Amino acid sequence: MLGSFDFDVIQRTWQHLIFEGLLFTVKLTLVAMLGGVILGTVLAMMRLSSNRLISFVATTYVNLIRSVPLLLVIFWFYFLAPYIGAWIIGAHEPVQVGAFSSCLITFILFEAAYYCEIMRSGIQSIPRGQISAGYAIGMNYWQTMAYIVLPQAFRNMIPILLTQTIVLFQDVSLVSVLGIPDFVGSANAVAHRDGRLVEMYTFVAVIYFILCFSLSSLVKKLQQRVAIIR
Amino acid sequence: MNYNWNWQIFWEDAPDGTGTYLDSLISGMQWTLATAGAGWVIALVLGAIIGTMRTAPNKWMAKSANAYVELFRNIPLLVQMFLWYFVMPEVVPTALGDWLKSLPNMAFITAALSLGFFTSARVAVQVSAGINALPRGQLMAGTALGLTLPQTYRYVLLPMAFRIIIPSLTNEVAAIIKNSSVASSIFVVELMQSARSMQEFSAQVFEAFTAVTLIYLGISVIAILLSNLLERVTAVSGFITSGSAKVKGN
Repeated sequence: MLGSFDFDVIQRTWQHLIFEGLLFTVKLTLVAMLGGVILGTVLAMMRLSSNRLISFVATTYVNLIRSVPLLLVIFWFYFLAPYIGAWIIGAHEPVQVGAFSSCLITFILFEAAYYCEIMRSGIQSIPRGQISAGYAIGMNYWQTMAYIVLPQAFRNMIPILLTQTIVLFQDVSLVSVLGIPDFVGSANAVAHRDGRLVEMYTFVAVIYFILCFSLSSLVKKLQQRVAIIR
Repeated sequence: MNYNWNWQIFWEDAPDGTGTYLDSLISGMQWTLATAGAGWVIALVLGAIIGTMRTAPNKWMAKSANAYVELFRNIPLLVQMFLWYFVMPEVVPTALGDWLKSLPNMAFITAALSLGFFTSARVAVQVSAGINALPRGQLMAGTALGLTLPQTYRYVLLPMAFRIIIPSLTNEVAAIIKNSSVASSIFVVELMQSARSMQEFSAQVFEAFTAVTLIYLGISVIAILLSNLLERVTAVSGFITSGSAKVKGN
């Protein structure tokens, strides 16, 4: 019953959970976002390429990633990474790859597919005339992209990119199934060590809710401001 | 690569004594479909109700529906599953909690419930976006004809709104099938979990994961084909063409 709720265990462990677990989650989210947005933008440009082969490769990749569960991709890379590592450095035995790096690669590769779709609609939201104008004043493809299309595409898509990042922030919780001490993972450890599952999971849920709710409220405000620019 | 490929593994007997590894993957697929299916029924019913409430003229109703959506959207699915599975039986009255824990399919039931509630918030957003995408004149025309507000919703707004959002509901169906893999963390032996146990027992990790990936891809493709069919069957000629409504993600 709720009467036996043990606030003491939260008082004892919250610093560890926040400053180690949550910090890990935030770090992974931010680095994965950065990598995911960059790779996603490249993929979006590839998808929109007039070269059939390039656009086919990117489209296949994005559709493949988007139709399998994140958890499956996490496990794929967890087991595949040692072999890929061995292949890269030419070793005969699988090499040890840390859980953090394997998760980071997973999230960058996975989220890039989602960021790609956002960036693609961002790029497509820029009138074609602007691209023609870029070519007309003698810019090449890369200059047109870098100085005309992408800055505007990013600006238009900032709210949706941030919404996707909130999803990513929640998705990071899945790494705890590999026993990695992210926010949920470190709460898991305490919960099973002290037999305090109710307290730990409630605490995690409350903190996640507060963070995600404030972030998504901020994004909504931002959306209204950005919307005027167009 | 020093990895011993063995594609014959699927026809070897699994140590849990229920048949070959292939049989256990098929059973996992059935649990995935059952979990996602049961969750989808809950999500569609609750999502339709909550989504309608969000557009209601009554401020209080709209606010509580919004609170519901925010609650279920801002907590990770994994944590929600833990809440339903580990926390819920402890905070309800002891007798009820004990009864819940003694249920033979407790894990499956909690997985379906948490998937259902989690997805219902996302469906609700789509439903209210669909209703808001309709011209305001439709509501006015309905009430001008003498229909009550519930009747206007039932006969005028909702039938059109649902047709508009079929493509985004397709995405949600695909998402709930993928999200059902999270149920493996509360010991539902669905597709993901059966792949993991196959990997643990046989050490043929890449064969297991390849098979499961192909099954997930197959399920996705079938779900998308079915929903395209549904969209064509339910289309009202002259009204809605596919993708005519821009439904925002949030």
